[in-house]
This record gives sequence, structure tokens and C-alpha cells, in this order.
Amino acid sequence: MATPKPRIKLPKTADKGEVIVIKTLISHTMESGQRKDKEGKLIPRQIINKFSCEFNGQPVFSCDLEPAISANPYFEFSAKVMEAGTFKFTWVDDDGSVYTDEQPIKVN
Amino acid sequence: CAGFTGLAVSPAFADVDATAKAVAAFGGGQEPGTGKITLTAPEIAENGNTVPISVSVESAMEGDDLVESVAIFADGNPNPEVAIFHFTPLSGEASATTRMRLAKTQNVVAVARMKDGSVFVDKKEVKVTIGGCGG
Repeated sequence: MATPKPRIKLPKTADKGEVIVIKTLISHTMESGQRKDKEGKLIPRQIINKFSCEFNGQPVFSCDLEPAISANPYFEFSAKVMEAGTFKFTWVDDDGSVYTDEQPIKVN
Repeated sequence: CAGFTGLAVSPAFADVDATAKAVAAFGGGQEPGTGKITLTAPEIAENGNTVPISVSVESAMEGDDLVESVAIFADGNPNPEVAIFHFTPLSGEASATTRMRLAKTQNVVAVARMKDGSVFVDKKEVKVTIGGCGG
């Protein structure tokens, strides 16, 4: 599997106290552990099991994922912006890999 | 999707009872209320591999009026658990959207747990034309 590539969409600036919408997507097969290969053997589960978003080190939103989440897991959620800073996004894979991305935001 | 190879053997599917138990466990035994939580899902999903679902809970997201978490369950998938969203005051709003797998036509259930311990539930039936492979 190619290295999962995160994609983030959020505004570059916000008013103080504004609630913004953040959209995230990461490329990942999310192998459910229910599928079988051509020989009829079960393909082992390998999913992203945790996603989290922090702002300046404070938790904003997180999600525990089960195999019922689609491939290339997509999340849309909101965040209240009180100051300029950096959003940090983290995805944790079943195999222990951690994928991260960061996006700054300015306050008008 | 693996195609049809995997479809000959049907896996053990979660049933309505297992889902009810999972909902009760998440809600800490509280009798869930309705009205405060809205689950949005398509009436008909042509492709069960990627079904968009949104959940939104009325809340000030401040002080004690805070949604701590929302769990999504599906009563016709191999396992009822789908996802648990965790919110904080920095979320601003208790709303989230994701895409999920549905193996067949079934109910999707969203359960919100508030900071004060109260629990709210909403449920939508989604008709699935092509099931999400093993999902």
C-alpha cells in the first residue's frame, strides 16, 4: 500500500470566536478483515483506528474508527477559533504507523 | 472490492439485539431521549461501500451543556460498531460527517452522550442496492 496521504481543507483566516468547518481525508484501503483473497483466505484487518485534531495542543475533535468506516476515511467537523495558531491532525494505523499534518490559521 | 469471491460465505452479521446492547452499553444504561440529536443519512444508498452520514446534536458546547461523544452503530453489518466521535468545547458545535460501509439494507443508529449523563438517540433506515464488501 502506498503511504497514506492526508488532505486537509480549512479557511486560512477566521474571526475570533468563529466556528469553522474542517474537512479531512486520508488515502487508506481500510482493509476490514472481512474480505477474502482469491484462495479464500481472510485478508487481515488493517485500518486507521484513531483520528484526532488538536489546536495549539488542546483537543478539538477525535474519532475512534471501526472497520465499517469507508476506505479513504473522510471527516468533516467544526472548530471554534479563539486565537491564531496551528491545527494538528493525527491518524493512527493498526500497524502502529502514525500519519500527521498541520495547518495554520490566522485570526482577523 | 474483492468482487464476488468473498460473497459465497456469509459472515455472521450483527443483529438488532447486539446493536441494542451496544447502544445501552454506550449510554451507560440511561433510557435514551429523542429530539436533540439528528442523524442524516440517504434513504437509498446505491453503493454500500461509501455511504455519507452526518450527525448533529443541539448543544451550547460550554459548561455542563456539552456533548461528550456520539457513537454510530449499524444493525446489519458484521459488527454493530461504526465510529465514536469525541467532542470538546473547542469543537464549537457537536456535528460531524463521515462515510461508512453498509453490508445491506439496515438501520443506522446515532447515540449522543452528554456531560450531564443524559443520552439521546436517532435512527435512520438506509436501503442498500449494492452491499459494501464485507463491510
